[in-house]
Amino acid sequence: MNVHALTARLRGQIPLLVTAVLLVSMFGVGSVQYDGFFSGQVVLNLLIDNAFLLVVAVGMTFVVLTGGIDLSVGAVVALSTMVSAWLVERHGWPPLLVIPLVLLMGTAGGWLMGWIIHVFEIQPFIVTLAGMFLARGLCYTISIESISITDPQYTAMAQTRIPLGSLFVSPSALIALLVVAAGFVVLHHTRLGRNVYALGGSEQSALLMGLPVQRTRTTVYAISGFCSALGGVLLTFYMLSGYGLHAVGLELDAIAAVVIGGTLLTGGSGYLLGTLLGVLVLGLIQTVISFQGTLSSWWTRIVIGALLFVFIVLQRLITGRRR
Amino acid sequence: MRQQPVLEVRGIRKEFPGVVALDGVDFRLFPGEVHALMGENGAGKSTLIKVLTGVHRADGGEVLLAGRPVRIGGPLEAQQAGISTVYQEVNLCPNLSVAENIFIGREPRRFGLVDWAAMRRRAAELVRELDLDVDVSAPLGSCSIAVQQLVAIVRAVAVSAKVLILDEPTSSLDRDEVQRLFAVMRRLRDQGVAILFVSHFLDQIYEICDRTTVLRNGRLEGEYLTAELDRMELVSRMIGAELAGLDQLGGGKRRERTAPAGPAFLQADGLTRRGAVEPYELDIRPGEVIGLAGLLGSGRTEAARLLFGADRSDGGTLRIDGAVTALRGPRDAIARGIAFCSENRKTEGLIGDLTVRENIVLALQASRGWTRPLSRTAQDAYALRWIRALDIRPGNPEAPVRNLSGGNQQKVLLARWLITDPKLLILDEPTRGIDVGAKAEIQKLVAGLAEDGMAVLFISAELEEVLRLSHRVGVLRDHRMVARLDNDGELTPEHVMATIASGAHP
Repeated sequence: MNVHALTARLRGQIPLLVTAVLLVSMFGVGSVQYDGFFSGQVVLNLLIDNAFLLVVAVGMTFVVLTGGIDLSVGAVVALSTMVSAWLVERHGWPPLLVIPLVLLMGTAGGWLMGWIIHVFEIQPFIVTLAGMFLARGLCYTISIESISITDPQYTAMAQTRIPLGSLFVSPSALIALLVVAAGFVVLHHTRLGRNVYALGGSEQSALLMGLPVQRTRTTVYAISGFCSALGGVLLTFYMLSGYGLHAVGLELDAIAAVVIGGTLLTGGSGYLLGTLLGVLVLGLIQTVISFQGTLSSWWTRIVIGALLFVFIVLQRLITGRRR
Repeated sequence: MRQQPVLEVRGIRKEFPGVVALDGVDFRLFPGEVHALMGENGAGKSTLIKVLTGVHRADGGEVLLAGRPVRIGGPLEAQQAGISTVYQEVNLCPNLSVAENIFIGREPRRFGLVDWAAMRRRAAELVRELDLDVDVSAPLGSCSIAVQQLVAIVRAVAVSAKVLILDEPTSSLDRDEVQRLFAVMRRLRDQGVAILFVSHFLDQIYEICDRTTVLRNGRLEGEYLTAELDRMELVSRMIGAELAGLDQLGGGKRRERTAPAGPAFLQADGLTRRGAVEPYELDIRPGEVIGLAGLLGSGRTEAARLLFGADRSDGGTLRIDGAVTALRGPRDAIARGIAFCSENRKTEGLIGDLTVRENIVLALQASRGWTRPLSRTAQDAYALRWIRALDIRPGNPEAPVRNLSGGNQQKVLLARWLITDPKLLILDEPTRGIDVGAKAEIQKLVAGLAEDGMAVLFISAELEEVLRLSHRVGVLRDHRMVARLDNDGELTPEHVMATIASGAHP
C-alpha cells in the first residue's frame, strides 16, 4: 500500500539479507572446492567451535543496539576462565558452585560499568576500556601461568557429544543456541528489549517518553557481563584451562560479528539472528581457510577486515540517505 | 464545575546559571479547558513546561495536582500522574514502528511478552480516530514530520492523560492538519481533559483557547479569558514596552519596495536534484529580498540547499557573479560569500555547549582558517557588538547557547553569519517558533540588510511575512517552482495562497 514505508522497512533488512547470502554462497563455494566440506557436521562444528563467541556476541548485540559498546568482554571471558580454574583446581570448590559464582561476578561487573556510564555520563568506550584492563590485570594476580582443569565434571562437559542422527553437537553449542533464543525473545518480545531499541533510536526521546533509561542501560551492560562470564565458562569447557591470555581480542571479534550481522553501531537497528549469522560467517571463514590448508590463519583476519569495510560502507549507504 | 483546578502552580521559581527563568509564577489549569500559555522567547514558557513534566526541578514554589502538592521527579512520574506532553520537536524514536511509538512503555502483553497483534490493532484504532492515513507498522522515520507530530499526540492521548501539554505542536503542521488536531483537542476537552496549549500563531489561540496566561521575562503578567482579551492588548502584554518596534512594521502595511536594478549576484538556471526539487530558475540581485513560499515539504529548503552546496545538484547551472560555478560544498559557498541559516537551528546550526561568543565567531574563524586565530579581544568585541545589535538575551557572551530561548538562539545563528559579511544570506524559516517581538526584530533586520546591499533569500511558511519583506516571491508546490511573482504592492497573501493551491499563476 504505502510504497515509501515498505521500502523503508526493506532497507533495514538489507544488511541481514547480504549476510545470509554471503553465508550461503561461502558454504556453496566451500562445498564445490573441497571434499568433505558439504556435510552437516561442518555446520555443527561451526557452532561447537564458536559457542563462546556466539554467547559473547549476543551480549554485545544488546549493548550495540543501545548505541554503546563493551570492550571488556574478552578480558571478562579470560577472568572467568581464570577464576573457574583457580577455585576448582586450587581450592577444590565444586563446579556447581563455581559456575553460578562466576556468572554473578560477570553480571555485577557489567552492571557496575553500565551504572558508571549512565550516572557519570561517560563514553561507554572508555569505561569498558578501563573494565578491560582491570579484568585482564586481575587474571595475573591469580596466576601468570595457565591453570589446567582436571575436574571430572569439566572434562565430561568437554567430551560429551550429543548425537543428532549420525551427527553430534556439544553441550556448549546447545547452551549457545539457547542463549540466542532467549536473547531473541527478550529483544523482540519484551518491554526491556523494545526499550533497548528505543534507547538506541533516541535517548532524549526515550527519556521524554518516560522509559526507564537508566535501568535499561545498566541492564544491557549487565547482560553483556553475564554473557561474557558464560562465554568464559563455555571456553573453560572447550580449553579445559584458565589463562590470562585466553580470548585476547575477542571483543573485536564479537563487535565484528555484530556489525557483519547487520546491527548499526549507532544503535537502534539490528537483529539478534543477524548476530548468529555474523558469528557463523566468521567461523566459516576460518573453516574455509583450514580446508584450504596452505594459507596461514592470519588470512582469517584479512578476510574479516575486508568484510567489515564492505559492511560499514553498506550501512552508511543505507542509513546515510535519510536526509 | 470550576471549583478546583486539576493542576496548579504557586510561586514557582527556577534559575539557570546567569538567568532567572521563572520568578514566582502562578498558573492554574482547570479540567475541560484549553488554556494558552503565551509569552515572548525567554519569557519562561518552556521552562514552566519542563518543570511541570519533571525535566527540570523547581528551585522554589509548589505544584499541586488535584489540590495535593506533588513533586514530579521525571517524565515517567509526570506521565503516571496523568500529565502527558507533546513537544515542539518530535520526541519519538524514528527507528521504531508507529504502533510501537504510541505504545512503548505500555505495550499490551500476553504471558509477559509483547502482544504485537493487539498493539497494532489498537494503534490502528487510535490512528483512525484521528482520521490519519498511516500504516502503523511502518517505521516512524518514513513518515513526514507532520505525521510524526500527530503520532506524538496520539501517544499522549493514549496515555489517557488528565493534563495534556502541547508545546507548539502546530509549528510544523499545515492548515488541514491543524484543523484535525483542533477537532481532537475539542473532543478531549469535552471529555474533561485539561489542555495546555502553546503556539505562536495568534489566530490559533483565539480559535481554540478558553483562557490565556501571559508570561513575560519569567514573571506572570496575567490570566485572562481569551474571548475578553483584545489582540493588541495580548501582544502588548507579551512584549511590554517594545511594542513600538512591532508597529513600525506591523498592521499588515508593508513598505514600498522597488526591486534594485543591475546584474544578478546569483543565477540558477534549471537547477535540480532528483527527488528534492525539479528544475527551477532564480536570480537574486544585490539589495534584493527574494521570498520562497510554499507549504511544508514543497521543496523550499531543498531548493535553497542547492544554492549553498549543501546538496549537490543533478542538473542545471549556477552562476555566481556571472560565472558558471559548481559548488563543491558549503565551504565553497561560504568562500563565495553565501551564508545559510538553517531551519533546524539545534541540529544543523548551533553548538549548545559552546558559549554565545564562541558560536558567534565560529564561521568567521572558519573562513579565516586555523592558522590565523582571532584574538580574544577581537572575539569579545565581535560578540558584544552583535549581542547589542540583535539584542540577544541574556546579554552575557559567556552564557552557553543551550541556556538561551529559541528566538535568542536564532539571533546568535544570524549573528554568526552576519559577522562574515556575506553577499547572499539564505534564511530558512528564521522566525519559526519565535515570538511576535523577535519576529518583528528579525524582519526589520532583514529589510535593513537588504537596504545596505545584501542579497537575501527568505524562506517562510508565513505568507504575510514573505510579502512584507520580499521584492519578488518564488512559489513552490510539490517540489516544483510553479510561479515567480513580482511583489508590486498588489500581491496579496490570498493571491499567493491561490497559486500554491492551484499550482498556476491565477
